[in-house]
Amino acid sequence: MLSEENTLGDEERTVTDVSLFIQSLINGLNQGAIYALIALGYTMVYGIIRMINFAHGDFIMVGAYTLFYTIPLMVSYGMPAWLAVLAAIVVCVAVGVIVEVVAYRPVRGAGSMSALITALAMSLFLENLAMVLFGANPKSVQAVFNLPMVEIFGAKLQCKYLLTIGIGLVIMVGLQLFVKKTKLGKAMRAVPQDKQASTLMGIDVNRIITTTFAIGSGLAAVAALMYCSTYPRCTTDMGSMMGLKAFIAAVLGGIGIIPGAMLGGILVGVIEIFVKVYIAPGWYEAITYGLLIVVLLVKPSGILGRNTGEKV
Amino acid sequence: MSKDKRISYLINLAGICVMFVLFVLLFESGALGSRTSYIKGICTTACYTIVMVTSLNLLTGFMGEFSLGHAGFMSVGAYASSIVTGFLGNYGLPPVLLFIIALLVGGLAAAVTGVAVGIPALRLRGDYLCIVTVAFAEIIRVAFCNFEITGGGMTLSGIAKLSNFYWCFWATVICVTLMYMYVRSRYGRTVVAIREDYIAAAASGINVTYYKVLTFTISAFFAGIGGAMYAHFMTAMIPTNFNFMYSAEFLTEVIIGGTGSLTGSIIGAAFLSALPELMRQFSTYRMLAYSVVLVIVMIFKPGGIFGTYEFSLTRALRKLKNGELSAKKKSTGGNVHEE
Amino acid sequence: MKSENKELVLEARNLGITFGGLKAVDNFCLKIGKSELVGLIGPNGAGKTTVFNMLTGVYQPTEGSFYLNGERMNGKKTHQVVEAGIARTFQNIRLFKKMTVVENVKAAMNMHMHYGLLASFFRLPSYFREEEEIDRKARELLAVVHLEDKADYIAENLPYGQQRRLEIARALATGMKVLLLDEPAAGMNPTETAELLDIINVIRNQFQISVLLIEHDMSLVMKICERIQVIDYGVTIASGTPEEIANNPRVIEAYLGKEDEEGEEIC
Repeated sequence: MLSEENTLGDEERTVTDVSLFIQSLINGLNQGAIYALIALGYTMVYGIIRMINFAHGDFIMVGAYTLFYTIPLMVSYGMPAWLAVLAAIVVCVAVGVIVEVVAYRPVRGAGSMSALITALAMSLFLENLAMVLFGANPKSVQAVFNLPMVEIFGAKLQCKYLLTIGIGLVIMVGLQLFVKKTKLGKAMRAVPQDKQASTLMGIDVNRIITTTFAIGSGLAAVAALMYCSTYPRCTTDMGSMMGLKAFIAAVLGGIGIIPGAMLGGILVGVIEIFVKVYIAPGWYEAITYGLLIVVLLVKPSGILGRNTGEKV
Repeated sequence: MSKDKRISYLINLAGICVMFVLFVLLFESGALGSRTSYIKGICTTACYTIVMVTSLNLLTGFMGEFSLGHAGFMSVGAYASSIVTGFLGNYGLPPVLLFIIALLVGGLAAAVTGVAVGIPALRLRGDYLCIVTVAFAEIIRVAFCNFEITGGGMTLSGIAKLSNFYWCFWATVICVTLMYMYVRSRYGRTVVAIREDYIAAAASGINVTYYKVLTFTISAFFAGIGGAMYAHFMTAMIPTNFNFMYSAEFLTEVIIGGTGSLTGSIIGAAFLSALPELMRQFSTYRMLAYSVVLVIVMIFKPGGIFGTYEFSLTRALRKLKNGELSAKKKSTGGNVHEE
Repeated sequence: MKSENKELVLEARNLGITFGGLKAVDNFCLKIGKSELVGLIGPNGAGKTTVFNMLTGVYQPTEGSFYLNGERMNGKKTHQVVEAGIARTFQNIRLFKKMTVVENVKAAMNMHMHYGLLASFFRLPSYFREEEEIDRKARELLAVVHLEDKADYIAENLPYGQQRRLEIARALATGMKVLLLDEPAAGMNPTETAELLDIINVIRNQFQISVLLIEHDMSLVMKICERIQVIDYGVTIASGTPEEIANNPRVIEAYLGKEDEEGEEIC
């Protein structure tokens, strides 16, 4: 009798171990897909103008607040909640383009440090503006998707997680094709190589950069939707830390490289969740930042990047 | 040459003493009435902010690197000093001695952290270095949230109230003077050379890594002192006080005041930390206003309001003597420097 | 080689470096005696600046080694090589732009200064003593390159030719034994070039310094160099006195191309 009970217990434990593992993996992939969506925006902008757009994380915040206000509207008109993302895209693109034209463009010639400080300033501006407009209390966003839940090996798999990962992959492939195949995409790749030569080739550099910001900000709105479907809550400072981690993801994969952002995002998400579940719950953030430090010191160009040195 | 310098040091010391006497008169005469202790508190806040911002300017203005993790070093100083004064509190040491010990412990702890962070981080430059400083500051924050001795994520309270305005005033004067002396020595010259062109600096026999780490460490040391002052003024704190936003605030104040101008840092820090306190309704809009000013400064005056200008009492006195009184007078407190 | 009668200062033995499978410099040998002036010439992209970068520790050679006064220099960092006594100027001027002219020179004297942190914090006597001495020395060096009256100008405000001379003064301030000059006459007009020539001669005679010179101005090279070494595609193709070099068919070929593509054999 006793021994039988023991075996049963063991079996049960194995089952829960497996399901915990799968559950963590799924959560990690979902988290990673959100990071990846944000990281794609960072990578687009950095790839074109070699600038860390600190405000990118705050575009997500802008998107999330837009969703908070528009989802109830959509629902009241009998439309699916996720359609609110269209409004979020419009708002985010507008904010992104305005930030670019008003703040970033005037300092473009003044060196990378001026750009960095201006980006930081815009991040502070958006966050504090949101604080003034929406207050410091967190807002809960209404449910975005009503998708079923599937169970595999005792782990609950939410279909919206699959959706997040799917959307991330589709956008990544789409962006990659856009950048490699279209005329606009080719212009985008030409600008960082040599701005003057691009101008001489008939490329309107300012227009290309603004377009890049528009695309990046639009992605931020999509990321905001996926974020809100997992964590239905928005705060004014949600962008800066999310942004920072997504930036880490972009650097990890190789900044400026579109598949790198995806890879980095997934890695950061999975590692974070696994550290949280298995190793040290209180320390998972420290692990992410530690990862960044290690990557920057060992291979600053990231997993998929190539090393370049300064010419003497 | 050195005689002139020595005389100018004395003149400035006299100037600082005069300013101190003015503060004492202002506070002790009761001219401010019931608001005295409130205003004193604001001035103390200004003191540690000045130390924080000038020490960050060592990195930003003179070494040309941006750090967004300065609050991290501040927290190391704050926690280390609080723990030590907590232990020493029962031994009946005179408060002045305890205060000095707190500052030194805070400074040294932060300096050790500075070496540990600086050696790996300073292999990077520019925006990557900036991001890595954020990462280190966040790791420090997470660590303090997890350690038992630092309150384990809860508020650490009951820290001795050692930071009074008069002591902080002199601590600030000494810190700023030491930093000024550092900048105006072979060390400062070397660091500026590295900022201008690190390849040429190496080709001029300068050990680039050594001087960068040294400056980073000294900057961290003074940030630690600022943290010690902060902790013993606030008497309670939580690791999330020292977050990314706080670091960003310091950097903003450096940039607005003027990279490469300690005068700018002092006036910027004093003004920007006192302003929101003096106008309570303004405090909600403070960071909003900072960010707008920051963008405007970056567009129209990238060097900051004071650029690389340094106020000199000796020069001002000479001008006064030559009858150039018509020139504008500057009367903001704390901006005393030798030529 | 004509340097045998002189004390050997800098020697490179079979130096080579490979970048991603491409041999930028191969089998580079060089001997420079005390206060000797050697020219290093070759067409654009021949690897001249790469040689300089190897000799100053900017790049680590993948093959061979080099010696200063018999001491092996491989593996040393730039500042250590400079401390040992090899200093250089840059093809594209690299000054400390926002610093004054005299501060530029003083910065390069840092390694000869000894006062410590405490002396600078508390203004101990050693601070004043050393700072005064260094100021005097720096101004003396500026006089050597005729910039003494520009000492307190901001470096980036100097005209081009003077910036090049300031770079030489800054290199001199390191107290080196060998000076590597990377195209010092580039962009100079004939008057400035003549002045530069004087300065180089003064440096050699007054400071007993050996000079390795990269230069495209052939008349300058022919005029002042005792020996010339020619490289092309990273390989030394000739070495000798200016007359020998001027008449060397391989050198002429490297610079002008072959007279008759089919008639002559490829060496």
